Amino acid sequence: MDSKPINKAKNDLVDFTLFLADSSLIMGHRLSEWTGHGPSIEQDIAITNIALDLIGQARNFYQYAAKLENLKNNNEEVITEDDLAYLRDANEFKNLLITELPNGDWAFTISKLFFFSTWQFYFYQKLVYSKHEQLSAIAEKSLKEVTYHVRWSGGWIIRLGDGTEESKQRMEKAISNLWPYTDEMFSPSIFEENLKDSISIDVSIIKNDWLEKVKSIFTEATLSVPEGGWMQSGGKSGAHTEHLGYILAEMQFMQRAYPGLEW
Amino acid sequence: MDLIEPLWEVFIRSKQGLDHKHVGSLHAADAKMAIENARDVYTRRMEGVSIWVVESKYIHSTNPDESGSLFDPANDKVYRHPTFYELPDEVKYM
Repeated sequence: MDSKPINKAKNDLVDFTLFLADSSLIMGHRLSEWTGHGPSIEQDIAITNIALDLIGQARNFYQYAAKLENLKNNNEEVITEDDLAYLRDANEFKNLLITELPNGDWAFTISKLFFFSTWQFYFYQKLVYSKHEQLSAIAEKSLKEVTYHVRWSGGWIIRLGDGTEESKQRMEKAISNLWPYTDEMFSPSIFEENLKDSISIDVSIIKNDWLEKVKSIFTEATLSVPEGGWMQSGGKSGAHTEHLGYILAEMQFMQRAYPGLEW
Repeated sequence: MDLIEPLWEVFIRSKQGLDHKHVGSLHAADAKMAIENARDVYTRRMEGVSIWVVESKYIHSTNPDESGSLFDPANDKVYRHPTFYELPDEVKYM
Protein backbone atom coordinates (compact mmCIF):
# COMPACT_ATOMS: atom_id res chain seq x y z
CA MET A 1 0.00 0.00 0.00
CA ASP A 2 3.00 2.24 0.47
CA SER A 3 3.53 2.61 -3.24
CA LYS A 4 0.08 3.87 -3.99
CA PRO A 5 0.67 7.62 -3.94
CA ILE A 6 3.61 7.18 -6.32
CA ASN A 7 1.52 5.17 -8.76
CA LYS A 8 -1.20 7.75 -8.57
CA ALA A 9 1.21 10.54 -9.42
CA LYS A 10 2.50 8.53 -12.34
CA ASN A 11 -1.03 7.90 -13.60
CA ASP A 12 -1.79 11.60 -13.39
CA LEU A 13 1.30 12.28 -15.45
CA VAL A 14 0.29 9.69 -18.05
CA ASP A 15 -3.23 11.11 -18.17
CA PHE A 16 -1.89 14.63 -18.50
CA THR A 17 0.48 13.63 -21.31
CA LEU A 18 -2.29 11.75 -23.10
CA PHE A 19 -4.59 14.76 -22.75
CA LEU A 20 -2.06 16.90 -24.63
CA ALA A 21 -1.33 14.17 -27.16
CA ASP A 22 -5.00 13.48 -27.88
CA SER A 23 -5.88 17.15 -28.23
CA SER A 24 -3.12 17.71 -30.79
CA LEU A 25 -3.84 14.49 -32.66
CA ILE A 26 -7.58 15.04 -33.02
CA MET A 27 -7.14 18.70 -33.97
CA GLY A 28 -4.47 17.70 -36.48
CA HIS A 29 -6.63 14.94 -37.89
CA ARG A 30 -9.56 17.31 -38.33
CA LEU A 31 -7.39 19.87 -40.13
CA SER A 32 -5.98 17.14 -42.37
CA GLU A 33 -9.51 16.60 -43.68
CA TRP A 34 -9.02 19.85 -45.62
CA THR A 35 -6.32 18.19 -47.74
CA GLY A 36 -7.38 18.70 -51.34
CA HIS A 37 -10.40 20.78 -50.28
CA GLY A 38 -8.83 24.13 -49.28
CA PRO A 39 -10.26 27.31 -50.82
CA SER A 40 -7.06 27.67 -52.86
CA ILE A 41 -3.91 25.60 -53.29
CA GLU A 42 -1.97 28.03 -51.07
CA GLN A 43 -4.43 27.72 -48.15
CA ASP A 44 -4.66 23.98 -48.72
CA ILE A 45 -0.91 23.71 -48.16
CA ALA A 46 -0.98 26.13 -45.21
CA ILE A 47 -3.63 24.24 -43.27
CA THR A 48 -2.14 20.82 -43.95
CA ASN A 49 1.25 22.14 -42.78
CA ILE A 50 -0.42 23.05 -39.51
CA ALA A 51 -2.08 19.63 -39.36
CA LEU A 52 1.35 18.03 -39.70
CA ASP A 53 2.78 20.27 -36.95
CA LEU A 54 0.03 19.12 -34.60
CA ILE A 55 0.39 15.44 -35.44
CA GLY A 56 4.13 15.83 -34.83
CA GLN A 57 3.42 17.30 -31.38
CA ALA A 58 1.03 14.44 -30.69
CA ARG A 59 3.73 11.91 -31.57
CA ASN A 60 6.17 13.50 -29.11
CA PHE A 61 3.61 13.31 -26.31
CA TYR A 62 2.55 9.74 -27.18
CA GLN A 63 6.16 8.59 -27.20
CA TYR A 64 6.62 10.06 -23.74
CA ALA A 65 3.36 8.53 -22.46
CA ALA A 66 4.42 5.14 -23.82
CA LYS A 67 7.77 5.52 -22.09
CA LEU A 68 6.05 6.27 -18.78
CA GLU A 69 3.80 3.23 -19.20
CA ASN A 70 6.75 1.01 -20.05
CA LEU A 71 8.63 2.19 -16.96
CA LYS A 72 6.02 0.35 -14.92
CA ASN A 73 7.09 -2.82 -16.74
CA ASN A 74 10.83 -2.50 -16.16
CA ASN A 75 11.26 -0.64 -19.44
CA GLU A 76 10.03 -3.56 -21.48
CA GLU A 77 8.26 -2.18 -24.53
CA VAL A 78 4.72 -3.30 -23.90
CA ILE A 79 3.14 -0.15 -25.29
CA THR A 80 4.13 1.99 -28.29
CA GLU A 81 3.01 5.43 -29.46
CA ASP A 82 0.91 3.71 -32.14
CA ASP A 83 -0.98 1.62 -29.57
CA LEU A 84 -1.95 4.80 -27.76
CA ALA A 85 -3.16 6.55 -30.91
CA TYR A 86 -4.78 3.65 -32.71
CA LEU A 87 -5.95 1.15 -30.13
CA ARG A 88 -7.75 3.19 -27.49
CA ASP A 89 -11.48 3.70 -27.56
CA ALA A 90 -13.40 6.99 -27.52
CA ASN A 91 -14.00 7.05 -23.77
CA GLU A 92 -10.24 6.69 -23.16
CA PHE A 93 -9.45 9.76 -25.26
CA LYS A 94 -8.94 12.94 -23.23
CA ASN A 95 -8.86 15.57 -25.98
CA LEU A 96 -10.66 18.89 -25.61
CA LEU A 97 -14.13 18.73 -27.14
CA ILE A 98 -13.39 21.72 -29.38
CA THR A 99 -10.83 19.66 -31.31
CA GLU A 100 -13.31 16.98 -32.38
CA LEU A 101 -16.02 19.28 -33.76
CA PRO A 102 -16.54 18.92 -37.52
CA ASN A 103 -14.74 21.52 -39.65
CA GLY A 104 -17.84 23.27 -40.99
CA ASP A 105 -16.96 26.16 -43.30
CA TRP A 106 -13.64 28.01 -43.48
CA ALA A 107 -14.80 30.55 -40.86
CA PHE A 108 -15.60 27.75 -38.40
CA THR A 109 -12.31 25.95 -39.02
CA ILE A 110 -10.09 28.98 -38.57
CA SER A 111 -12.03 30.15 -35.48
CA LYS A 112 -11.65 26.70 -33.95
CA LEU A 113 -7.95 26.76 -34.76
CA PHE A 114 -7.51 30.28 -33.39
CA PHE A 115 -9.18 29.48 -30.04
CA PHE A 116 -7.22 26.24 -29.73
CA SER A 117 -3.84 27.61 -30.85
CA THR A 118 -4.09 30.61 -28.55
CA TRP A 119 -4.79 28.26 -25.65
CA GLN A 120 -1.85 26.07 -26.71
CA PHE A 121 0.37 29.13 -26.91
CA TYR A 122 -0.19 30.24 -23.30
CA PHE A 123 -0.30 26.66 -22.05
CA TYR A 124 3.04 25.69 -23.62
CA GLN A 125 4.57 28.96 -22.49
CA LYS A 126 3.97 27.78 -18.92
CA LEU A 127 4.77 24.13 -19.64
CA VAL A 128 8.29 25.16 -20.65
CA TYR A 129 8.94 25.67 -16.91
CA SER A 130 7.66 22.22 -16.01
CA LYS A 131 9.74 20.07 -13.68
CA HIS A 132 9.24 17.22 -16.14
CA GLU A 133 12.10 17.75 -18.56
CA GLN A 134 10.56 15.85 -21.44
CA LEU A 135 7.32 17.85 -21.29
CA SER A 136 9.28 21.06 -21.04
CA ALA A 137 11.33 20.14 -24.12
CA ILE A 138 8.26 19.26 -26.19
CA ALA A 139 6.60 22.51 -25.16
CA GLU A 140 9.63 24.53 -26.16
CA LYS A 141 9.86 22.87 -29.56
CA SER A 142 6.12 23.21 -30.19
CA LEU A 143 5.92 26.83 -29.13
CA LYS A 144 7.48 28.14 -32.35
CA GLU A 145 4.97 26.20 -34.43
CA VAL A 146 2.05 27.34 -32.31
CA THR A 147 3.17 30.96 -32.51
CA TYR A 148 2.74 30.76 -36.27
CA HIS A 149 -0.63 28.98 -35.97
CA VAL A 150 -1.91 31.85 -33.82
CA ARG A 151 -0.59 34.43 -36.28
CA TRP A 152 -2.05 32.61 -39.29
CA SER A 153 -5.49 31.85 -37.86
CA GLY A 154 -5.68 35.29 -36.21
CA GLY A 155 -4.98 36.87 -39.59
CA TRP A 156 -7.92 35.00 -41.06
CA ILE A 157 -10.22 36.08 -38.21
CA ILE A 158 -9.40 39.71 -39.06
CA ARG A 159 -9.82 39.16 -42.80
CA LEU A 160 -13.20 37.48 -42.53
CA GLY A 161 -14.53 39.51 -39.59
CA ASP A 162 -13.64 42.78 -41.27
CA GLY A 163 -14.38 41.45 -44.76
CA THR A 164 -17.67 41.25 -46.60
CA GLU A 165 -21.15 41.10 -45.13
CA GLU A 166 -21.28 37.36 -45.76
CA SER A 167 -17.86 36.61 -44.29
CA LYS A 168 -18.72 38.61 -41.15
CA GLN A 169 -22.00 36.73 -40.78
CA ARG A 170 -20.22 33.40 -41.08
CA MET A 171 -17.66 34.48 -38.49
CA GLU A 172 -20.34 35.55 -36.02
CA LYS A 173 -22.12 32.24 -36.46
CA ALA A 174 -18.88 30.27 -36.01
CA ILE A 175 -17.93 32.17 -32.87
CA SER A 176 -21.29 31.82 -31.18
CA ASN A 177 -21.36 28.08 -31.94
CA LEU A 178 -17.80 27.56 -30.69
CA TRP A 179 -17.91 29.73 -27.60
CA PRO A 180 -19.48 27.09 -25.29
CA TYR A 181 -16.45 24.86 -26.01
CA THR A 182 -13.84 27.39 -24.90
CA ASP A 183 -14.26 27.18 -21.13
CA GLU A 184 -13.15 23.54 -20.97
CA MET A 185 -9.61 24.65 -21.77
CA PHE A 186 -9.45 26.52 -18.46
CA SER A 187 -11.39 24.14 -16.20
CA PRO A 188 -8.75 21.92 -14.63
CA SER A 189 -9.33 18.17 -14.72
CA ILE A 190 -8.43 16.01 -11.72
CA PHE A 191 -5.03 15.18 -13.18
CA GLU A 192 -4.28 18.84 -13.91
CA GLU A 193 -5.30 19.78 -10.40
CA ASN A 194 -3.06 17.08 -8.88
CA LEU A 195 -0.07 18.04 -10.99
CA LYS A 196 -0.51 21.79 -10.72
CA ASP A 197 2.74 22.35 -8.84
CA SER A 198 5.05 19.98 -10.69
CA ILE A 199 3.90 20.88 -14.22
CA SER A 200 3.87 24.61 -13.37
CA ILE A 201 0.48 25.34 -14.88
CA ASP A 202 -2.57 26.67 -13.21
CA VAL A 203 -4.92 26.67 -16.20
CA SER A 204 -7.29 29.11 -14.57
CA ILE A 205 -4.50 31.70 -14.67
CA ILE A 206 -3.91 31.57 -18.43
CA LYS A 207 -7.60 32.19 -19.10
CA ASN A 208 -7.10 35.90 -18.75
CA ASP A 209 -4.15 35.97 -21.20
CA TRP A 210 -6.23 33.96 -23.65
CA LEU A 211 -9.22 36.29 -23.33
CA GLU A 212 -7.06 39.38 -23.80
CA LYS A 213 -5.57 37.97 -27.01
CA VAL A 214 -9.02 37.00 -28.32
CA LYS A 215 -10.32 40.47 -27.50
CA SER A 216 -7.47 42.25 -29.29
CA ILE A 217 -7.87 40.20 -32.48
CA PHE A 218 -11.67 40.49 -32.37
CA THR A 219 -11.44 44.26 -31.97
CA GLU A 220 -9.32 44.45 -35.11
CA ALA A 221 -11.79 42.14 -36.82
CA THR A 222 -14.76 44.29 -35.71
CA LEU A 223 -16.25 41.24 -34.00
CA SER A 224 -17.68 41.13 -30.51
CA VAL A 225 -16.67 38.66 -27.82
CA PRO A 226 -19.62 36.56 -26.56
CA GLU A 227 -20.53 36.89 -22.91
CA GLY A 228 -20.64 33.83 -20.67
CA GLY A 229 -23.47 31.43 -21.39
CA TRP A 230 -23.66 27.72 -20.71
CA MET A 231 -20.38 25.90 -21.16
CA GLN A 232 -19.59 22.39 -22.42
CA SER A 233 -17.13 20.08 -20.71
CA GLY A 234 -16.21 16.40 -20.45
CA GLY A 235 -13.48 15.82 -23.02
CA LYS A 236 -10.69 15.58 -20.45
CA SER A 237 -12.54 12.84 -18.58
CA GLY A 238 -13.51 10.88 -21.70
CA ALA A 239 -17.10 12.10 -22.13
CA HIS A 240 -17.13 13.12 -25.79
CA THR A 241 -19.50 14.39 -28.44
CA GLU A 242 -20.91 11.94 -30.98
CA HIS A 243 -18.29 13.15 -33.48
CA LEU A 244 -15.23 11.51 -31.90
CA GLY A 245 -16.39 7.96 -32.65
CA TYR A 246 -16.53 8.73 -36.37
CA ILE A 247 -13.04 10.23 -36.34
CA LEU A 248 -11.62 7.19 -34.56
CA ALA A 249 -13.47 4.79 -36.87
CA GLU A 250 -11.72 6.32 -39.86
CA MET A 251 -8.37 6.93 -38.17
CA GLN A 252 -8.07 3.54 -36.47
CA PHE A 253 -9.62 1.30 -39.12
CA MET A 254 -6.39 0.06 -40.69
CA GLN A 255 -4.68 -0.80 -37.39
CA ARG A 256 -7.73 -2.60 -36.09
CA ALA A 257 -8.45 -4.49 -39.32
CA TYR A 258 -4.78 -5.37 -39.91
CA PRO A 259 -3.04 -5.31 -36.50
CA GLY A 260 0.60 -4.26 -36.66
CA LEU A 261 0.33 -3.11 -40.26
CA GLU A 262 3.14 -0.79 -41.34
CA TRP A 263 3.53 1.43 -44.40
CA MET B 1 -15.35 29.37 -54.91
CA ASP B 2 -14.15 32.02 -57.31
CA LEU B 3 -10.96 33.62 -56.10
CA ILE B 4 -9.75 36.73 -57.87
CA GLU B 5 -6.61 37.27 -55.84
CA PRO B 6 -3.64 38.85 -57.63
CA LEU B 7 -0.52 36.93 -58.54
CA TRP B 8 2.76 37.45 -56.62
CA GLU B 9 6.33 36.53 -57.47
CA VAL B 10 8.32 34.97 -54.64
CA PHE B 11 12.03 35.37 -53.94
CA ILE B 12 13.79 33.31 -51.26
CA ARG B 13 17.23 33.75 -49.75
CA SER B 14 18.68 30.43 -48.66
CA LYS B 15 21.04 29.94 -45.73
CA GLN B 16 24.09 29.74 -47.96
CA GLY B 17 23.03 32.26 -50.57
CA LEU B 18 23.59 35.98 -50.28
CA ASP B 19 20.95 36.96 -52.79
CA HIS B 20 17.23 36.33 -53.01
CA LYS B 21 16.40 33.96 -55.85
CA HIS B 22 13.15 33.74 -57.75
CA VAL B 23 11.42 30.49 -56.79
CA GLY B 24 7.94 30.82 -58.26
CA SER B 25 4.62 32.57 -57.90
CA LEU B 26 1.38 32.27 -55.94
CA HIS B 27 -1.98 33.94 -55.36
CA ALA B 28 -2.73 36.10 -52.33
CA ALA B 29 -5.05 38.94 -51.36
CA ASP B 30 -2.28 41.22 -50.09
CA ALA B 31 1.41 41.36 -49.20
CA LYS B 32 0.98 39.92 -45.70
CA MET B 33 -0.90 36.92 -47.03
CA ALA B 34 1.57 36.54 -49.88
CA ILE B 35 4.46 36.26 -47.41
CA GLU B 36 2.59 33.74 -45.26
CA ASN B 37 1.64 31.72 -48.34
CA ALA B 38 5.23 31.84 -49.56
CA ARG B 39 6.40 30.62 -46.16
CA ASP B 40 4.00 27.68 -46.36
CA VAL B 41 4.48 26.85 -50.02
CA TYR B 42 8.19 27.48 -50.56
CA THR B 43 10.04 27.11 -47.22
CA ARG B 44 8.58 23.85 -45.87
CA ARG B 45 11.88 22.03 -46.31
CA MET B 46 14.12 24.64 -44.70
CA GLU B 47 14.84 26.33 -48.01
CA GLY B 48 14.97 29.86 -46.73
CA VAL B 49 15.88 32.46 -44.15
CA SER B 50 14.27 35.46 -45.87
CA ILE B 51 11.35 36.03 -48.22
CA TRP B 52 10.57 38.80 -50.69
CA VAL B 53 7.29 39.04 -52.54
CA VAL B 54 6.33 41.46 -55.28
CA GLU B 55 3.06 41.66 -57.14
CA SER B 56 3.62 40.21 -60.58
CA LYS B 57 2.16 43.22 -62.33
CA TYR B 58 5.08 45.33 -61.10
CA ILE B 59 7.64 43.15 -62.86
CA HIS B 60 8.67 44.59 -66.23
CA SER B 61 10.51 42.32 -68.56
CA THR B 62 12.25 42.28 -71.91
CA ASN B 63 10.25 41.23 -74.91
CA PRO B 64 11.25 37.73 -76.16
CA ASP B 65 10.87 39.01 -79.75
CA GLU B 66 13.69 41.47 -79.15
CA SER B 67 16.08 39.03 -77.52
CA GLY B 68 18.03 38.73 -80.77
CA SER B 69 18.91 42.41 -80.95
CA LEU B 70 19.38 42.69 -77.19
CA PHE B 71 21.56 39.70 -76.39
CA ASP B 72 23.09 38.23 -79.54
CA PRO B 73 25.56 41.10 -80.16
CA ALA B 74 27.42 40.11 -76.99
CA ASN B 75 28.03 36.69 -78.46
CA ASP B 76 31.23 37.46 -80.41
CA LYS B 77 32.85 39.87 -77.96
CA VAL B 78 35.05 37.38 -76.14
CA TYR B 79 37.55 40.18 -75.43
CA ARG B 80 35.09 41.48 -72.80
CA HIS B 81 35.87 38.46 -70.64
CA PRO B 82 38.97 38.98 -68.51
CA THR B 83 40.68 35.89 -69.84
CA PHE B 84 43.47 37.45 -71.89
CA TYR B 85 45.73 38.47 -69.06
CA GLU B 86 48.71 36.64 -67.62
CA LEU B 87 48.08 36.59 -63.89
CA PRO B 88 51.10 36.67 -61.59
CA ASP B 89 51.15 33.69 -59.20
CA GLU B 90 50.92 36.02 -56.20
CA VAL B 91 47.42 37.08 -57.20
CA LYS B 92 44.99 34.57 -55.80
CA TYR B 93 41.25 34.15 -56.12
CA MET B 94 40.77 35.96 -59.42
